[in-house]
Amino acid sequence: MTRATRSRPKAPQAAAKWTRRHLLGLEDVSADEIRLVLETARSFKEVSTREIKKVPALRGKTVVNLFFEASTRTRTSFEVAAKRLSADVLNIGASGSSVVKGETLIDTVHTLEAYHIDLLVMRHAASGAPHFLSRHCDSRVINAGDGMHEHPTQALLDLFTMSERGKTFDGLKVAIIGDIIHSRVARSDIFALTKLGARLVLCGPPTLVPKRFEAFGVERTTRLEEALDAADVVYCLRMQFERQQANFLPSVGEYVRLFGVTAGRMKLAKPDAIVMHPGPLNRGIELTSEVADSAQSVVLDQVTNGVAVRMAVLFLLAGVN
Amino acid sequence: MNDPDTDTTHVPLIDATQMYRTLMRMAHEIVEKQSDVASLGLVGIQTRGVPLARRTAANVQAVCGLEPPVGELDITFYRDDLGVRHGQPEVKSTHFGFDLTGMDLVIVDDVLFTGRTIRAALDAIMDFGRPRRIMLAVLIDRGHRELPIRADVVGKNVPTMRGEDVRVRLAEVDGVDEVVLLRPEGA
Repeated sequence: MTRATRSRPKAPQAAAKWTRRHLLGLEDVSADEIRLVLETARSFKEVSTREIKKVPALRGKTVVNLFFEASTRTRTSFEVAAKRLSADVLNIGASGSSVVKGETLIDTVHTLEAYHIDLLVMRHAASGAPHFLSRHCDSRVINAGDGMHEHPTQALLDLFTMSERGKTFDGLKVAIIGDIIHSRVARSDIFALTKLGARLVLCGPPTLVPKRFEAFGVERTTRLEEALDAADVVYCLRMQFERQQANFLPSVGEYVRLFGVTAGRMKLAKPDAIVMHPGPLNRGIELTSEVADSAQSVVLDQVTNGVAVRMAVLFLLAGVN
Repeated sequence: MNDPDTDTTHVPLIDATQMYRTLMRMAHEIVEKQSDVASLGLVGIQTRGVPLARRTAANVQAVCGLEPPVGELDITFYRDDLGVRHGQPEVKSTHFGFDLTGMDLVIVDDVLFTGRTIRAALDAIMDFGRPRRIMLAVLIDRGHRELPIRADVVGKNVPTMRGEDVRVRLAEVDGVDEVVLLRPEGA
């Protein structure tokens, strides 16, 4: 058994590799990259079920949560994710910082970088703020929500949750209901789901779901029954009461009557349809308590999966030099 | 690692029949070293250590009538080279299905080289519980240890040069059972 054979070895098939330094949005991220994040998140979900919920992957790295907008759930989710990767976490909120004294965004970040941080997770009220920042700083930037633009990790955890519940994206009918025009969550979900071949139907009052959204390759209706008909996923967006003041709605009561998801209306959807919400819920507004607490509701799974998905994102970005 | 663009010589080391016999002999050795087979547990390192561990569990049953449980372990999160690689390696599943504490574990992997994978596996296992002892069984030991790690059960010792590569192919993963040595031209 000593005869050697000479041959040219076949090049191995390249799995999608993560090469981005930043995660600013899903508009330019490919379907393969999205699938890679979801695959990686699966492994991280298992870590959170262990007795010792920690792996040393990001040991010694510093992750800064720079949140210029109030947020408990997203910030906590990133904090838990970073800590479970053994990273050190700094939480910086705008109100307690020198931003109040008038320090610019770039100066704030340059000051942080003088501490040699590795990853920057930022939420900001201005659309495009993380994109701007990524051009002016050295850290890896993760967008945790910028204005009305994108919230990429929310969409990724939404897709992860759908996939976990056995949904395949190709041809999946996803109804997104509510205040679409102001929703960065909706935009990121639209980018991601259309890339993976899902069929999206946006539904809400015409003031909140303008026709121009059809350019994203989605359908649009002002009738809830049409959106829910044979839907696989019913995604309720949070009604922001300030909209009523700005005359986007005649009244919250009318919204609830026309667009509130009730158990009766859910019968129009497929029997195995799931109900999703980015949180926090307004019970009795976007959806009834009965629906929110039903077996079809995966709202709490979304929260759990948020940690796994954010661990995957932090892990993948940290691996890019 | 191998540059697929240069010419490489493939030297066959083990064929399917030899692999079967070697694995069976390794199962005998494991049983020989383990007086209390009931507390034996196998841990296969992703990727190819996992099917090897499963085959070894079946072989142990053939030898002594008891089949040990098999866990799968992906050591990616415990690697010591995460900061210096270009991009993260692909992560596979980790699942034990049994409590490690108090058990006599045998880590099973295809090739033992620098020992860093096994170091990572030891750290990972310690995070899951406190085994009574841990042994190591590898199909191929190719030398060049960089850490003080050694195998308790070895299928075949293959002296290699640094630039060479040893590829284990298994039916469950690659469609064929064989082990080949890859030697770059001009090496």
